[in-house]
Amino acid sequence: MNMLVYLIPIALFLGGLGLCAFLWSLKSGQYEDLEGASWRMLRDDPPE
Amino acid sequence: MSCCAPGAEGSFDRPLPSSAELKLASRIVGPGLRQTDLSVPQVHCGTCITAIEKALNGLPLVERARVNLSMKRVTIIWKEKVGNEPADPAILITAIVGATGYDAHLFANMEDAGDMLQRDLIRAVAVSGFAAANIMLLSVSVWSGAEASTRDLFHWISAMIAAPALIYGGRFFYQSAWKALRGGRTNMDVPIALAITLSYAASLWETMHHGEHAWFDATVSLLFFLLIGRTLDHVMRDRARAAITGLARLSPRGATLIGADGSREYRAIEDITPGDRIAIAAGERVPVDGVVETGASDMDVSIVNGESAPKPVKPGDQLQAGTLSLTGSLVLRATTAAKDSFLSEVISLMEAAEGGRARYRRLADRAAQYYSPAVHLLALAAFLCWGFIGGDWKQAMLVSIAVLIITCPCALGLSVPVVQVVAAGRLFKNGIMVKDGSAMERLEEVDAVLFDKTGTLTLGRPRLLNIDRIDEKHLALAAGLAVHSRHPLSQALAHAVSGPVVIFETVREIPGQGLESTTPTGIYRLGNRYFALSGPDEANPGNGLSETVLSLDGREIATFRFDDMPRPGAQSVVASLSAKGFETGMLSGDRREVVANLAIRLGLHHWQAELSPKQKAQFCTSLAEKDRKVLMVGDGINDAPALAAAHVSIAPATATDIGRQAADFVFMHDSLEAVPLAIDLSRRAGRLIRENFALAIGYNIVAVPIALAGYATPLIAAIAMSTSSIIVVANAMRLNGALTKSVPSNAAQSLGEGARLA
Repeated sequence: MNMLVYLIPIALFLGGLGLCAFLWSLKSGQYEDLEGASWRMLRDDPPE
Repeated sequence: MSCCAPGAEGSFDRPLPSSAELKLASRIVGPGLRQTDLSVPQVHCGTCITAIEKALNGLPLVERARVNLSMKRVTIIWKEKVGNEPADPAILITAIVGATGYDAHLFANMEDAGDMLQRDLIRAVAVSGFAAANIMLLSVSVWSGAEASTRDLFHWISAMIAAPALIYGGRFFYQSAWKALRGGRTNMDVPIALAITLSYAASLWETMHHGEHAWFDATVSLLFFLLIGRTLDHVMRDRARAAITGLARLSPRGATLIGADGSREYRAIEDITPGDRIAIAAGERVPVDGVVETGASDMDVSIVNGESAPKPVKPGDQLQAGTLSLTGSLVLRATTAAKDSFLSEVISLMEAAEGGRARYRRLADRAAQYYSPAVHLLALAAFLCWGFIGGDWKQAMLVSIAVLIITCPCALGLSVPVVQVVAAGRLFKNGIMVKDGSAMERLEEVDAVLFDKTGTLTLGRPRLLNIDRIDEKHLALAAGLAVHSRHPLSQALAHAVSGPVVIFETVREIPGQGLESTTPTGIYRLGNRYFALSGPDEANPGNGLSETVLSLDGREIATFRFDDMPRPGAQSVVASLSAKGFETGMLSGDRREVVANLAIRLGLHHWQAELSPKQKAQFCTSLAEKDRKVLMVGDGINDAPALAAAHVSIAPATATDIGRQAADFVFMHDSLEAVPLAIDLSRRAGRLIRENFALAIGYNIVAVPIALAGYATPLIAAIAMSTSSIIVVANAMRLNGALTKSVPSNAAQSLGEGARLA
């Protein structure tokens, strides 16, 4: 029972971290151009 | 198409936007910085990205540039001033064309309301997904035997997670349900909103009183599934819209005005008033209706009558907004303001015609019409029965909530969008864009198919007919002259000749007549018979599109005959549609004999010639009054009202902007095979949706008695709900395997081709 006091907040925190990461990636436009990203990955020259 | 090598596609057929127009279309994003979004429909690979970005970032005025391959767009942030000189944004376009050979153009910058909604929906899905997963985690512990205070603690945590998720994710349903109720109607969202609210309230009450069962998991996972369905519906609409608006824009953003003192000024189109004098160079579109004051040209009037034969104009002639000057410069006196111009007239005709479509109710809404009252009555009946007979009102409340949750149209809400998204994905792979899900539902009901002629049944491009019978030397001569002109016949001639052409030093284009070059051998002329032979020729009156004569010093050397090319597959498509029991017909603005000829050749049931845009729309409406469901296939501005008036409509990608906007489907390939393919797939999708409805009803028949009897615990509800959702999604996926036949061509390539022909 005492374990739960730690485990539940940890579980929620980790889940929340995932949610925040997703919302951040959405906001920073990482899903705007999925097709282009797959090509950019193969580019030789260093990104500016 | 060879990959983006410089000059590979050197197609300067289309007028490039001027720097004044670019400046007008850009927006200020920072001090001295402007942003311009350009559409480059032909970009299709990583090399294109690198080539364009490298070329643009190498320019001194560019702050940064980025290509979006999915949307086929380039976003450029540029400085207004380089050093002390004002920058010229026109070099942005020439840089793109120079690096890749692809056209770049401005597109109508529609407000991105749909895009914002989609982002909100995705965020809501993420939040409700997070909430559902965590609550489910806690619920599993409760189901596996958490006792007393532990269970209460878990319930309280669940309640706290569920509350914000319900407000954040549930608002879409609350808003829509409220709108429906206020309008005295009911839709699918009413039972949804009621179920999630009531189940949350009851669960909270249970939790406060240390109850055994709470429904938080069901409430939130229900919301999660439904939001997925709603988001899919939007994603589909958005993808089609991005691809469609990525193509060229029709009406210009502004025009060069000539002041009383001869000064020239570039002004936005809204600021043009009747009486203004407007300069129109070769290759520019007419911004507002007007009368020619000076100059002569061949006008591309395809947007008015749908025909590709250019019309020569001289001072005193009327011009409609949106027509394109091909060969000469003109000075025009505006007779109307932009809002009263021909284009606006067509738009209002379209709006008037939209009736049939607006009346159409989505399949899911029609189902909801019967479904939601039935569900609400059932829940109410359960509540009253358990209350009066059993006497336990709390138990009665729990039973009626179980009924609401079990019957909640989760499977229904998910099944329609999933099927439609899968179907739209399949159509997309075959080069067909769908505007929204209801278009597929409407296409399924179609029983008559009407076609436009030029640009739809034919490609609207002249083709050189007698190339085999003409001396190669003469061909080389004619092509050498023809490359200097934008006239469609010249272009067809230049494209038809693959060998070397004769280089002419100076070529003069006489608008409305033809081309002329003075050489040591004599004066070569290429143009209409009258012009080339410098004299009237009564024997051959000749109409605009049919022939071109090459002459030397007034003597005829060769005559080139042209014909419009039928679209590939036109004949087989018409035959297969007739065989499947569709009525077929053709509506054209062209001359009677041409239309009759083609109609007989293709085996169409009906045909109508010399129709105005209004008459075309009226024909569609008259069929609709006879209870026929009409599919209209057309491309021109003159078809737009008919496209809007028909039950459902399809346009080729080569269609005018307004035609594409009016149509429900847009196909990117040249072949007309897209029409039967779209009908076929829509029918399959419709069948799957009905199967899913049947599955959902069958599941309710089994599950509702369990709930009514009071045996539906949260665990049973959770299992029943997820299995039903998984089953309908799995059933929708069958559509992917259903069609083995697909057109072997790559979408990017055909998109590029479509744009080039546009």
